[in-house]
Amino acid sequence: MASTENKLPVTGAGPLNGVLTWVDQRFPLISLWKEHAAEYYAPKNFNFWYYFGSLAMFVLVLQIVTGIFLTMHYKPDAAQAFASVEYIMRDVPWGWLVRYMHSTGASMFFIVVYLHMFRGLMYGSYRKPRELIWIFGMVIYLMLMAEAFFGYLLPWGQMSFWGAQVIVNLFDALPLIGPDLALWIRGDYVVSDATLNRFFAFHVIAIPLVLVALVAAHLMALHEVGSNNPEGVEIKKTLGPDGHPVDGIPFHPYYTVKDTFGVMVFLALFAIVMFFMPEFGGYFLEYNNFIPADPLKTPSHIAPVWYFTPYYSILRAITEEFMIVLAIAVFFYGVLILRSAFRGSMKTIALIAIAVVLALFWALDAKVWGVIFMGLAVMIFFLLPWLDQSPVKSVRYKGGLYRSALGLFVVVFLVLGYYGTQPVTDLGTRISQIGTMLYFAFFMLMPWYSRMDTTRPEPVRLA
Amino acid sequence: MAEKELDQGKRRFLLTATTVAAGGVAAGAAAVPFVASMLPSERAKAAGAPVEVDVSGLEPGQKMVVEWRGKPAWVVRRTPEMLKMVAADEERVADPDSKRSRQPAYAKNEMRSLKPEYLVVEGICTHLGCSPVDRLQSQPEAFAADWHGGFYCPCHGSLFDLAGRVYKNKPAPDNLPVPPYRFLSDTRLVIGEDTQGA
Repeated sequence: MASTENKLPVTGAGPLNGVLTWVDQRFPLISLWKEHAAEYYAPKNFNFWYYFGSLAMFVLVLQIVTGIFLTMHYKPDAAQAFASVEYIMRDVPWGWLVRYMHSTGASMFFIVVYLHMFRGLMYGSYRKPRELIWIFGMVIYLMLMAEAFFGYLLPWGQMSFWGAQVIVNLFDALPLIGPDLALWIRGDYVVSDATLNRFFAFHVIAIPLVLVALVAAHLMALHEVGSNNPEGVEIKKTLGPDGHPVDGIPFHPYYTVKDTFGVMVFLALFAIVMFFMPEFGGYFLEYNNFIPADPLKTPSHIAPVWYFTPYYSILRAITEEFMIVLAIAVFFYGVLILRSAFRGSMKTIALIAIAVVLALFWALDAKVWGVIFMGLAVMIFFLLPWLDQSPVKSVRYKGGLYRSALGLFVVVFLVLGYYGTQPVTDLGTRISQIGTMLYFAFFMLMPWYSRMDTTRPEPVRLA
Repeated sequence: MAEKELDQGKRRFLLTATTVAAGGVAAGAAAVPFVASMLPSERAKAAGAPVEVDVSGLEPGQKMVVEWRGKPAWVVRRTPEMLKMVAADEERVADPDSKRSRQPAYAKNEMRSLKPEYLVVEGICTHLGCSPVDRLQSQPEAFAADWHGGFYCPCHGSLFDLAGRVYKNKPAPDNLPVPPYRFLSDTRLVIGEDTQGA
């Protein structure tokens, strides 16, 4: 109440001064704008990799807008869904464009998010004090996967149907609650109209709401602690006489302009895909999905969309034989923990955990473990802030060990991704199994190699 | 009257705790209808009628697919050679006696069927629910050099023999389930019910 009289009139907005003052006395417009844009000081050395955060937000908006227009014509009904998508493609004015924007946007979303996450891995953006930014980000990534999965059922093609069948059956594999859980998710004994209808509800309203809220939380946490940068320098430690970081520049106009440029380049690439190769060789839109869902016949080769394939490879890699290798690996991991100089209580907890895991290796099927390892492969990212024990954040000051580990991890992720798109072969399974070991080694061994690594001291200020 | 002095802190805590507990129970109870609304509807539960299959047109060595409860059910008319191949697979399958697999008691035998000639199974892989494809011929295949004929799951590479038994060291844990069924005559059978009326 008091602020109505006390707040200073807005100046510098020309003819809008009066209106803005009226609003600002009733809503913290100017302070929000300052806090998050005009006076949000970001490090001055953002490079190419810092485009992908703003691009991810841009794609989120694009998906929401195109999605709204698609729902105007789409029918969430097993008898009509496939035909309504074809109707959008053929009969709705510009429907093909909106639909291709949405389908291209889905893959682009994951490309941008993967690059954004890789940026975090490179520059240690998950390290203290940014753990919560990383965790919110990971939850966004999980929600994005759910969003993509729910959305993929909607065209009701062969891949939609059998993809959903496989993913829902992942839950069915869980011990005790599995079958009932899968039944509850499907709402029927098979993937059916009931499943399609509820996936539609999740896809168009539930998950998008959560996503938007999480993006807000991600940004609020970021703006609370300030952005990291390629040097891993905390710019807030060196403030100028005006109280702002000397190595920071206001987000607006400097980075709003930079990010707008990024969006322009991105849109050019986006347009090339959307207009000339919307199926992207079967990776963005799978060919089998142009066949209506047939519950009696699985396509001869099914694979998830490319962004899930690294995890899919891990799922397929877990065979009974491979469980023995994993058991041996877990055993040696236990020995490693025993020999390391951790606190005693941690040691006990870790050892008990490993003993339980080893016992369960024999108690549960390889099928269940496939599902568990696939889940772990995603969830393990959450632990990164605590697994990385390096004294420095950025890869620029880390040594050869971390660089090789990160390089190898990227290669492994891509190789697993490739084999996840391919039919099962003995060679592919072997490679996926090696890939699975290396994938987990990157995380599980990080507390050791990040300490052993020879690092260089990080500078105090940006050059 | 010498009343004990009221402990305001304790009182406040008790009030807060009971309010939170009661509110929590109410919120939990309010969630029940929403969670339960996602369970299979009465209509979905009712749609599970048995189907009648005419196998008079099925030649030896052929397979037919019928829809039962929204899922594919297969009927394979096995030749004597095929039955020999099943017997020869004894060592290569994970659960030769179908001890841990799902089937009616009358199909818990080596050929997993009422009549050895006709195999009736649900065509849904016990791994993650894909429908395996036919590789009925006994010939070398990309996935197995000494293939005796059976089914190959395109999703994760599980292999099943001509009795629906899963091969060892494959992702699928169990044999293909056998639905309840019975023969109405030599060439007609009904899937989804048996003499026990299941």
